Amino acid sequence: MNTPYRRSAIFSYCTDPAALDTARWFACYLTTGKHMGFYVSFGTVLLLLAITAPTALAFGFAAAGAARSALAPLRWIGKTYIAIVRGVPDIAFFLFFVIALDQGFEWLRHKVKCPDWDEPIRQGNDFVVCTAAKLPLGNAPQWMHETYGFLLAVLTFAIVFGAFAGNVLFGAMRAVPEAQLETGSAYGMTRRQIFWRILVPQMWVYALPGLSNLWMVLIKATPLLFLLGVEDIVYWARELGGSKTPRFTDYPHGDWRMWYFLALLIFYLAFTRVSEIVLDRLMKRLTHGQATTGGEAQRKATS
Amino acid sequence: MSCWDTIADYGLRSLGIGERLLPREDFTLCQQFTLIGSGMLWNIYFGTLALITGFFLATAVALGKASRNRVLRKLSEWFIFVFRGSPLFIQFFFAYFLFLLLKQSTGMFSALSYAWAGALVVLFLNTAAYTGEIFYGALQSVPKGDVEAADAYGMSGWSRFRRVIWPTMLRLAWPAYTNEAIFLFHATTLVFFSGFPALQQKGDALYYASYFADKTFNPFVPYPILAGYFILLTLLIVSIFGLINRRLNRHLPQDRRPRLKFRPNLLR
Repeated sequence: MNTPYRRSAIFSYCTDPAALDTARWFACYLTTGKHMGFYVSFGTVLLLLAITAPTALAFGFAAAGAARSALAPLRWIGKTYIAIVRGVPDIAFFLFFVIALDQGFEWLRHKVKCPDWDEPIRQGNDFVVCTAAKLPLGNAPQWMHETYGFLLAVLTFAIVFGAFAGNVLFGAMRAVPEAQLETGSAYGMTRRQIFWRILVPQMWVYALPGLSNLWMVLIKATPLLFLLGVEDIVYWARELGGSKTPRFTDYPHGDWRMWYFLALLIFYLAFTRVSEIVLDRLMKRLTHGQATTGGEAQRKATS
Repeated sequence: MSCWDTIADYGLRSLGIGERLLPREDFTLCQQFTLIGSGMLWNIYFGTLALITGFFLATAVALGKASRNRVLRKLSEWFIFVFRGSPLFIQFFFAYFLFLLLKQSTGMFSALSYAWAGALVVLFLNTAAYTGEIFYGALQSVPKGDVEAADAYGMSGWSRFRRVIWPTMLRLAWPAYTNEAIFLFHATTLVFFSGFPALQQKGDALYYASYFADKTFNPFVPYPILAGYFILLTLLIVSIFGLINRRLNRHLPQDRRPRLKFRPNLLR
C-alpha cells in the first residue's frame, strides 16, 4: 500500500480544505492527525498527575517518617531532603534532576554491565558510557525513548513534590495531639504501633489543607513537562499555533499561538476550579466530627 | 586568564556589557560563578520591580474584593481567579504571543514583546493577584475592636483606612507576604524559558546555568551554583522583610509579635 499521507479525514468532506466554508474548515482543521496528537497530550498531563500524585505522596510519607525517626542518620536524611527543595527555584530542580537522574542510571548500568571499561566516564565535556549501558539502548524504538523521557519526568516531579509533601506531612504529624500518642504508650504500644495505629490515621485531617494546596501547585507545575523534553500540551500548542504557509499544509493560517495558549489557560482554570470544589467537599467530609474549629462550626451549623 | 579578567568580561554580560561571545570550551568554575551571578541581575530586576508595583495593585484588589460594590467585587475576584488558577508558565506564553500580535497589528507597544517589559507586566499582574488574596484574608481578620475604636475617635473613610485598617492589614499579612516575595523571585527564573527571547544571550541566572549544563553535560556544577545564589537571595529577602516586620509590630509587647517563618517555596 502506497497511499499518499492524508491527514486523518474524520469527515468525508475534508478532502479539499481550500473549498470549505468557515465552520466546516474548522471542523476539518481541528480533527487533523496533529490535532489528535494535541488532544492526546492532555491525556499525558492527566497521566502525569495520576502517577505523580501517589508517588510524591509516598516519597513525602517516607521523608516525614524518616524525619521523625529515632535513628539520627535516618532523621538527617529525611530532614535534609525536605529542607533542600526550599529556598531554590523548583524549575532549577526540574532541569537538574532530569540530567542527573539520566546520568545516574547510565552510570549504574555502566558499572554493572561493563566492569572492565577503563576509560574515564567524564571526558572533558562528554559523558561516555559503554554502548550496552545506554538508556534506552541506541537501537530501541522511538516509543521507548519517549516513554523513558516521560518516566524520568515523572520521577523528577515525584522527587520535588515528595519533598513538599514530606514537609506538609511532617507538620501534620506534629499537629496530632500529643496526649493521643501518650495514651498509646500508656496502653503499652510500641513506637511502631503508635505510629501506624494512632498517628497515621489521625494526621490526614491536618494534612489535607496543605495537600490540597500542593495538588493545586502540582496541576500548575505540569506545563513544566515541556522543559523536560516531553511532547506535552505546551509543545503542541507552539507547534500547531505557529503560522503555516500553503506550501506545507492544507490548512494555512497565520500566527495562532495566542489562541492555543488561551485554550490552555482556560483548560487549567477549569481544572483548578473543579479541583477546588472537590477538595472543599472532601474537607467538609473529613472535618465531620473532628475536634477542630471546622468540625465545631459544622456541629453548630447542623444542631 | 585570571578570574578577575573573567569577572571584568562577564560580570555584566547579562546586560550586554563586556565580552560578547559566551565561553565555548574549557569552562572554568570562575566563568560559571560569574555568568550565573551576572544573570541574577535580571532575577533581582524582575522580582524587585514586580514586588513594588504589585504591592499597590494588590492593595487595590484586596479592597475591591472586600468592597460592597458588586461590580468591583466581581472584577477583583475574577482577576485573582484568573492569575491564581492558571500556571504562570502558560501566562507567560499567552502574554508573549498576545504582545507579539499587538505589535504586529498596531505597531505600538513593541517594548512589551521584549522580556524586560513584557515579562515584568505578567509578573506584576501575577504577584498582584497572589498578594491581593493574602491582603484580602488579612483585611478580613482586622480586629473588629480596632475599627470600632477608630470610629469612636471620629475617624472615617481615608484616615481610618490609612491609620488603622491598612497598618493592621499589613501587619497580619506580612508573614504570608514574605513567602509570596520569595515565591516571586523564584518565579522570575521562568521568564526566559517561556517564549520571551533572550536577545544576544542576555539571560537570567537559570538561562546561563542551563547553558553551562547543556554545554558541559554536567549538571552537578552550574545548578548548585545557581542554588547557592538563590539561597543567598532568599536569606536577603527574609532579613529585609524581617526588619519591616519588626517595624510593623513595634507597638506590640515582645511575646505577641509574630515571628517570620521561612516556609517552603511552592511554584505556581
